[in-house]
Amino acid sequence: MKVKGRAISKGIASGPALITSQPISFLGGVDPSTGQIIEHGHELEGISIKDCVLIFPHGKGSTVGSYVMYQLKKNGVAPCAIINLRCEAIIAIGAIISNIPAVDQLELNPLEIVRDGDPILVNGTEGYIEVG
Amino acid sequence: MYLTKGEEAIYDGEFGATRQKAMEILVALGDIYGADRLIEIKSAQVSGASYKTIGDAGLEWISSLEGKVKVPTILNPVGMDREKWRGMGVSEEFTVKQKEILRVYERLGISLECTCTPYYIDSPAFGVHLAWAESSAVAYANSVLGARTNREGGPSALAAALIGKTPCYGLHLDENRVPEVLVRVDAQLHDVDYGALGYIVGKAVGDGIPLFELSSIPSKDELKALGAALGASGAVALYHVKGVTPESSNFDTPAERISLDTKDIKKVCSGNKPDLIAFGCPHCSGAELRKIADLLEGKKVRIELWVCTSRRIREQHEDVVKLIEKSGAEVICDTCMVVSPATEKFERVMVNSGKALQYLPNLCGVDAVLGSTEDCIKTACG
Repeated sequence: MKVKGRAISKGIASGPALITSQPISFLGGVDPSTGQIIEHGHELEGISIKDCVLIFPHGKGSTVGSYVMYQLKKNGVAPCAIINLRCEAIIAIGAIISNIPAVDQLELNPLEIVRDGDPILVNGTEGYIEVG
Repeated sequence: MYLTKGEEAIYDGEFGATRQKAMEILVALGDIYGADRLIEIKSAQVSGASYKTIGDAGLEWISSLEGKVKVPTILNPVGMDREKWRGMGVSEEFTVKQKEILRVYERLGISLECTCTPYYIDSPAFGVHLAWAESSAVAYANSVLGARTNREGGPSALAAALIGKTPCYGLHLDENRVPEVLVRVDAQLHDVDYGALGYIVGKAVGDGIPLFELSSIPSKDELKALGAALGASGAVALYHVKGVTPESSNFDTPAERISLDTKDIKKVCSGNKPDLIAFGCPHCSGAELRKIADLLEGKKVRIELWVCTSRRIREQHEDVVKLIEKSGAEVICDTCMVVSPATEKFERVMVNSGKALQYLPNLCGVDAVLGSTEDCIKTACG
């Protein structure tokens, strides 16, 4: 199934979906050397975002989070693509400088139509995803 | 968003990878926040300068950039005084990383003034467009000078500097500069009271635009303190003061109201004895240095006292600096108590800044106490 959205960061990638309904702060919330979510009490705490299509509502916290995304990519533990409900500056900039494809504002809510582990393709150049 | 042929060529990578990335950032922000085009900026001011803030992650990214900025660009304060770092207790390891960051920014053509008060070096004219990142400088430029800038992040200000343009949205447009809440203050305010007022109102209005109706007339330095606190305890990027700031008469008075009196303001100033007293958040002006020097005349400090300013202001006021240092106080440049790791060894810091009061506990793990400039010096000289 193809779902259209808005292109945020160029590129095409595919991988298994990792979904959270909670916003993510990359600075302090994700370990840049392992890719594990370390924010205390986060529903993905302890889970690695490496090579996943990470689906979350939007970023939060410090703008330095953009640089942490770049560091994750350098360390080979970044998500392969990002889907947001509504992307803001921290995630958009982080994805762009790290060459991580990203889209937002899909026509259907990804938190409802995608399940953890579903194979997803993200086309951040044209702004759509393919589920399954 | 509409791009000119030249902008599109940059977006397509015809001018190299760095400018392509910078353009991609501006276009993405423009799309997210509903800009219809890019506009030229007069200057940029880049945050994310202290190694303490951006760490290895930021250093790695800026190191990957090539070329030069297209408009005059000033750097925010870094983590240490470039000359006195050893005396401040900053580690060798930190200094090596910090100097590497400075070298990278210099290679990109960014001026290493290292200050949160770039308007003391080159004051923007009314109505010009900027891409500034430091929140207190954003508030000052918009509110006191009537220039136009959104609250940029480090990377977006850098992207704007590399292109010389910024997406036209938010505070670049007249319709988004309208005050949303009236703050009526029934008190004679002086010195630190303005920082306290900003501290209270920032928490109440978040990223809104307040219009102040004051019974006292603030100086430029007091407006600086007000805006810095508004931008730290809230996310205010523009405020108006009736009869004082340049755009204050352009708008209708908002219906939503907050009323404050002397009791509310004084409540913010209380606390225990500090082991460090620090001025210069934002960096001191020449007038503030002089006031501190006058208050310190004939006295010796017993508790460590820092006076933070830009190197440029220090060089312009060497005589005043000598008077301050005669008391045993330290005049520190390039950095401040909020962004330097040197603050972390203290337990409680007394400040005359509503901004520092907000940031010190979280960013440096120290208690913060607010007092007037006079009270701070009385405490220091005990």
